[in-house]
Amino acid sequence: MSTLVHISNLTKYFPVNKGMFSKEVSQVKAVDGLSFDIRQGETLGLVGESGCGKSTTGRLILRLLEPTAGKVEFAGKNVFEASASEMRALRKDMQIIFQDPYASLNPRMSVGDIIAEPIRLYKLAHGPEVQKKVEHLLSCVGLAAYHARRYPHEFSGGQRQRVGIARALALNPKLIICDEPVSALDVSIQSQVLNLLKDLQQEFGLTYLFIAHGLNAVKHVSNRIGVMYLGKMVELAGDEELYSNPLHPYSKALLSAVPIPDPRAKKERIILNGDVPSPVNPPQGCRFHTRCYCAQDICNHHEPIFKRIKPGHWVACHLVESEIE
Amino acid sequence: MLQAQASVPVQEAAEPTYSPIVDFWRRLRKNKLAMVSLVFLVTLSLVAIFAPLVAPYDPYFSDMPKALSSPSGEHLLGNDELGRDILSRIIYGARISLRVGLIAVGIALSVGMVVGSIAGYYGGRIDIIIMRFMDIMLAFPSILLAIALMAVLGRGVENAIIAIGIVSIPEFARIVRGSVLSVKENEYVQAARAIGNNDFQIIFKHILPNVMAPIIVRATLGISTAILETSALGFLGLGVAPPFAEWGTMLGSGRGYLFNAPHLVFFPGIAITLTVMAFNLLGDGLRDALDPRLRR
Repeated sequence: MSTLVHISNLTKYFPVNKGMFSKEVSQVKAVDGLSFDIRQGETLGLVGESGCGKSTTGRLILRLLEPTAGKVEFAGKNVFEASASEMRALRKDMQIIFQDPYASLNPRMSVGDIIAEPIRLYKLAHGPEVQKKVEHLLSCVGLAAYHARRYPHEFSGGQRQRVGIARALALNPKLIICDEPVSALDVSIQSQVLNLLKDLQQEFGLTYLFIAHGLNAVKHVSNRIGVMYLGKMVELAGDEELYSNPLHPYSKALLSAVPIPDPRAKKERIILNGDVPSPVNPPQGCRFHTRCYCAQDICNHHEPIFKRIKPGHWVACHLVESEIE
Repeated sequence: MLQAQASVPVQEAAEPTYSPIVDFWRRLRKNKLAMVSLVFLVTLSLVAIFAPLVAPYDPYFSDMPKALSSPSGEHLLGNDELGRDILSRIIYGARISLRVGLIAVGIALSVGMVVGSIAGYYGGRIDIIIMRFMDIMLAFPSILLAIALMAVLGRGVENAIIAIGIVSIPEFARIVRGSVLSVKENEYVQAARAIGNNDFQIIFKHILPNVMAPIIVRATLGISTAILETSALGFLGLGVAPPFAEWGTMLGSGRGYLFNAPHLVFFPGIAITLTVMAFNLLGDGLRDALDPRLRR
């Protein structure tokens, strides 16, 4: 599989301003030196706790935020160096589905106008053709043509999310960033939307970056999964590999938190103590050492590098190396 | 399952299509108060336009023997301190007052909206520069600022309108900026950027329509402030000069006779109150009719 997006050393610090003259007092290190690839046609799951920088990563890739440092190459083109017109062309190929379907649709526009907007902006169709395309997109996401005349407030959460998906599809993108697309929905609706996303991937040959805070949702859709902690990626592996052989202590803890639908199943739960440290002042050394249940002296002082343990499996942990060798 | 949902043509026929304008009008018509206000304001505008045909007397003809006489069959609303027919003067006054209210608010609204949305949308240094300038304007009493502007622009109704319009810019700018700040963080604004809108399109298509409610309410209230400020200017000898028929000026010159001839201030006061109230009620109606969330 060829690489569609190549991300290297992606960094975003948000300034914290205080006082009358908005002096910059500190920085929130939301994303701190992230490097990974997204391959053509795959679904890359990105998981981590709230505030670990996964949504920021998604928005940086689309350049909805400007990075502090780093590079995102989309099909060989550096997104952050693109001019306004190049950016316009790039936007056509990458779209986003937002977390909150109640906030991501303009309440003053009818659903038809919302979906038609990108088509009109990029002049992909004219006159009555636009209407046709909108109706086709609505049917793709399981809505009916007459829904186009309605306004977002007349829909349920799941239906709104379908509208958001139809809007993202309108430009026929190559990459769709799914920013926790199901976490605001009922469990019964979640699987519907996940299945819809899967079907659409097959139909349109889409590549997904699927952001979620729990492993359950990601499990169904992803080919590979990246685990983030405090702005860094701690582990990246294939779906099966991560589930059967998690190496980073944080991934192990996350996996042990996934409930097993079998009351007799014995399982060892790893309970992490404490909270995620503040990204304003992340811990020295390994960022996870303050909560790690097997931290060593070296973890307090030296930051582990993100290295390949075996083909397709990367981990950032001092202890893993010794385990393998 | 998805196919099943798509194939059920639920109540397709029961939901006739309306163009947005027809739909807007249909919803506005349901609001009784707004419709009464609209009829009142249209009538008032027609009366103002055709004032020479409608007014029973010349508003400037001074019939001294009848000075301060109470309403009668001959003069429906009585005569003022110089014996002029009050009804005719109110009719002629509508010409100036309506114009002042609408144009001054129009100036303030258009400039305030552009300036306020730029400040709110871009933030940072642009925001600080624009809003500090607005704060400086707000620091002066508005009538004082208007007087200063009149000194530069010169006397006259037109210049009074411009001065009052400029003086009211900061309030609109502040309201628009505040509303833009609260709306621009919404995900649909980010979505609008992701599908390729530029800043201009984002502001006008996605942000401003969503901040209309407080702006419409403020604008209708602003019409009344503008009418009253024009009369204040007229009272101070700037803007509309006393012989001219203007509601505020009539109030000002009649207030000395409050005890022996209250109709001198009563009728122009009623005219101002009714007009202001009609604008406010119509504004409320517009706000509701323009909000798709309140459909049906």
